[in-house]
Amino acid sequence: MLKPESPILLRALARLRPYWRLTAGAYSGMLVATGLAVLIPQFIRFIVDEGIGGRNTALLQQSVLALLGLTLLKGAALYFEGRWTEIASQGVAYDLRRDIHHKLAALSFSYHDRSETGQLLSRAVQDVERVRFLTGRAVLRLTEGVVLAVATVTVLFAMNAQIAGLTLLIVPLLSLSAFHFGRQLRPLGLRIQRQLAEVTTRLEQNLRGARIVKAFAQEDAEVRRFDEANDRWFELSAQQAALQARNDPQLALIANLGTAAVIGVGGWLAIEGRLTLGELVAFTTYLGQLVTPVRRIGNIIPALAIASAAGERIFEILDAQSEVRDDPTAVPLPPIRGHVRFEGVHFAYFGRHPVLSDVTFEAAPGQVIALLGATGSGKSTIINLIPRFYDPTAGWITVDGYDIRKVTLNSLRDQVGIVLQETLLFAGSVRENIAFGRPGATLDEVIAAATAAQSHQFVMEMPQGYDTVVGERGLTLSGGQRQRVAIARALLKDPRILILDDATSSVDTETEQLIQEALTALMAGRTSFVIAQRLSTLRRADLILVLDRGRIVARGTHQTLLQTSGLYAEVYQHQVAEEQR
Amino acid sequence: MTVSIGSSGPGMGPAGALERFGGNPEGKPFDRRVALRLLAYLRPHWRRMLVALVLMLVGSGLSILAPYLIKVAVDTNIGGGDLPGLWRTAGLLVLTFVALFGVSQGQQYLLSWVGQRVLTTLRAQLFRHLQALHLGYHDTHIVGVTISRVISDVSVINELLSQGTVTLIGDALVLVGIVIVMLQMSPQLALLAFSVLPLMVLATWLFTRRAQTAFRETRTRVAAVVGDLAEDITGVRVIQAFAQESASEERFDRVNAASRDANIGAMTLSFVFLPAVEFLGMLATAIVLWFGGRLVAAEELTLGVIVAFLAYVSRFFQPIQELSQIYTTMQAAMAGGERVLELLDAPPLVSDPPSGAEMPRIRGKIELRDVSFAYRGSERVLHDVNLTIEPGQTVALVGPTGAGKTSIANLVARLYDVTEGAVLIDGIDLRTVTQSSLRRQFGLVPQDAFLFSGTVADNIRFGRPAASDEEVEEASRLANAHAFIDRLPAGYDTEILEGGVNLSAGERQLICIARAILARPRILILDEATSSVDTVTELLIQDALDRLLADRTALVIAHRLSTVRHADLICVVEDGRISERGTHDELLATGGLYWELYQRQFVNP
Repeated sequence: MLKPESPILLRALARLRPYWRLTAGAYSGMLVATGLAVLIPQFIRFIVDEGIGGRNTALLQQSVLALLGLTLLKGAALYFEGRWTEIASQGVAYDLRRDIHHKLAALSFSYHDRSETGQLLSRAVQDVERVRFLTGRAVLRLTEGVVLAVATVTVLFAMNAQIAGLTLLIVPLLSLSAFHFGRQLRPLGLRIQRQLAEVTTRLEQNLRGARIVKAFAQEDAEVRRFDEANDRWFELSAQQAALQARNDPQLALIANLGTAAVIGVGGWLAIEGRLTLGELVAFTTYLGQLVTPVRRIGNIIPALAIASAAGERIFEILDAQSEVRDDPTAVPLPPIRGHVRFEGVHFAYFGRHPVLSDVTFEAAPGQVIALLGATGSGKSTIINLIPRFYDPTAGWITVDGYDIRKVTLNSLRDQVGIVLQETLLFAGSVRENIAFGRPGATLDEVIAAATAAQSHQFVMEMPQGYDTVVGERGLTLSGGQRQRVAIARALLKDPRILILDDATSSVDTETEQLIQEALTALMAGRTSFVIAQRLSTLRRADLILVLDRGRIVARGTHQTLLQTSGLYAEVYQHQVAEEQR
Repeated sequence: MTVSIGSSGPGMGPAGALERFGGNPEGKPFDRRVALRLLAYLRPHWRRMLVALVLMLVGSGLSILAPYLIKVAVDTNIGGGDLPGLWRTAGLLVLTFVALFGVSQGQQYLLSWVGQRVLTTLRAQLFRHLQALHLGYHDTHIVGVTISRVISDVSVINELLSQGTVTLIGDALVLVGIVIVMLQMSPQLALLAFSVLPLMVLATWLFTRRAQTAFRETRTRVAAVVGDLAEDITGVRVIQAFAQESASEERFDRVNAASRDANIGAMTLSFVFLPAVEFLGMLATAIVLWFGGRLVAAEELTLGVIVAFLAYVSRFFQPIQELSQIYTTMQAAMAGGERVLELLDAPPLVSDPPSGAEMPRIRGKIELRDVSFAYRGSERVLHDVNLTIEPGQTVALVGPTGAGKTSIANLVARLYDVTEGAVLIDGIDLRTVTQSSLRRQFGLVPQDAFLFSGTVADNIRFGRPAASDEEVEEASRLANAHAFIDRLPAGYDTEILEGGVNLSAGERQLICIARAILARPRILILDEATSSVDTVTELLIQDALDRLLADRTALVIAHRLSTVRHADLICVVEDGRISERGTHDELLATGGLYWELYQRQFVNP
């Protein structure tokens, strides 16, 4: 495999390596088909001149049959050329998509925080398709064009070097024209693409925020903004259209003027008797044959530029280094008891102020640790560091005495369960969703987890019970139901360390109570880190960490904190006041 | 040198289908109704189209003239040793080529221009239509699908609409011309040459029949790849949290491989069809050579006729060969067209009165009279609701999920229209005034704390784009948002990333409140405005809200009863009806559902 810094196009073409036999076959087919494409018109002329003109019926009969035979041969060559190219280039596309998927699954949270889903998707779909076109038809046609052009030029020189030299004057002109065009088109193409992305973003934002747009009566302003982006796209596209409309006719014009020059100069030479008429006619014919490949090359060059830009975007993903990855010496974490320690942990997200400063604490196996603090105080960051979704900027975290950077990610994450407020389910059955962390779980195990998570009842009320498909294309679950399925999912995984958010915001009181019961079942006997929203959790916690701007400002149990922490007392008073009125 | 039209590149054929994510209705390869409606978009540009068609025909004429001039040069001038004549002919040849350059350039430019213009117009029209659609449309349609209609489907249509139309008309005219000339030259030979046509029709029929299924299959497979990948990218955090990377890779591998195989299968059809058509074309050539040769031998035809015939036959079958290349584009365009038209035809269920009457400045009295409501095609969610809110009052709606609280709020802002009954503000039925004059006086703080991409300041300014920086900051201070905004890397100019991931839920919520404050609404709707924040932040928000609510009519939806205690009136909504109403103390005293909810939430947590 080539190194990341090799030119993009070469690197994309190197992707054909596993398919080199097919590719070689396709190129052989192309050579045969091209040869026949040149030969067949000559053969027809031969039939017309000798068979028909020469009144030679026997020859006519044989050669017409031969013509059909040659056409069949060419058809077969075209078939294999096409099919093998397709198999190879679809294979390249398949490989690229597989590698992109693999890479994206491995990249740490901080990469995904910075990327937009739509952009990643368009790279994995449209950009891969552009590179596929490059590795398939584009380079094949380009090679065909070069082969044809070289062959024709050779024949021209063999016939008459003098006039051939004259006609060759047009070749630099043609290349210059094609090159110039490509250089103008490429930046314009990029601008158009960016502008279309802008149009798409405006539309997407408008659709996602439809309720806000309507509630604030901003439809007209939105239309103006959209029109602005849309019209700008049109202006750029019209520029591109003008450029493209000129390219092909211009190449044709240059080649045609070459023909006119040959007719003029060659005709003059013929009249002077320095060239036979037959030679001149043959010359113009071959010159006509030069035009097609040159135009084809000219037309493919912009596609190469587009594919190169696409390849750049794809390799950007494939070359991305995950900030969190297995250490070369990493060992699997053995089954743990759940002893977690933070030692002087600091953390800063990309480009923002430090969000954690010098956090040190210890959780004994089976303890409940409650995290309390304002939004942005660092609670979520602490829980994201435990399964190594991010690595600390300084300090270290140990589990049962193992530095979590020295054990494999999979063995660590297998023993950590997470239930967050925003619950994501995958398209699939309820059973598959609950068994997500342990795909081999039996139905009985799934039902046991669902029952403990207070989900069994509503699952059984659904049309196909545990086989009911949920997610985007299936049945929509309510927020409370989703949350309980997520709890069941974490329960089935039976983790030693549990991370959860005890907020149950978007549900009514009755559902909330069910969820609380499910959470209690989940926490039993596990080391639990809870983003605490409710008093019951605080009262039960073995250790409460009060956070403010990334620092632990107070720690202790509910009772001790009431006496020692002003902030804690304030929050508590607020809650108590609510409860006593 | 004929003008090349519709050169295929990436983005056409099955590749073009990639651009359209999802979307089920698959069109027929040709649907007259859809085609006619799409063609109507060309009407404003008919002059340009006509010029393009004329240019195309002129171009065809010029490209026939050029070989003739070469023939004259060779046979007459050079053969006759006429040097001045040769210069003249060569000069004419140069002129012809230059004219051809101008003509084909003009034609291509005009067609692309019209195509892009129609595309821009269609997109603008779709966007306007989307603004006019009632909110219910957005509830039931996946955003990604709607985007692919406006962006991808429209561009697929464009490929066929302008270029395709002119090519089709031009090709048809040229074909008719060729048929007439061939029949005139030699009816016998012409009919013999046409005898392969039935075979050609058969081959085309066989191809289109199988291609339709095969290319539809590729589109479905590609959509599956996109769907699976989109889900895995969105859910990458869950996948990593559960260490399920390899399972998700296996799943993706299946759809990925299926897509590859479907594409290879569909394209293979083309690789069979193209040589087959070429062979049939060559068969016609062979027939011309064979029978023509015998006719020449019998002195019934001249050699020149044979030569001309050979040229015409290859020109005749060219459009049929091109068919397989444009076929998939055509199929995709029809399917895309159908989906675009379906979107344009979706009726806006909430519309402005014809009079265009405006809502005067709102004092704030809201009345719901015998209101019943059902979302389109579903059961009623509200039954005979009566409610009067006096100006300046804060009214809270509480109750279980799905009871109808949000529906009531949506009706008050006329995001939907009532099914029965009426909603009045200051005694004016909402259906008698324009939506924008009404909603300009509304503010909404939504549950999901939605922010647009752009800067923090842009978002706060959303409801009143003309507001000054000072006003933005003042609104932020009132919303208790200024402190954290000030700490952001670029302050008010910080860009908000997709989904607002660089802000916490509580911070997003505070920005939404600042946005509502700056809009200076007369009526405010708070839909679970403090749901996703922790207790400490809630204190800040509650404080901000108290300031926002002063002297405004407000409708507050809440699950947490602590946030609604101070309301002037609390309505318990249950099964689409208001089952209890009164102040906090009154409701507790009656011992109904409110009392029960309260007990559950606080006394026995």
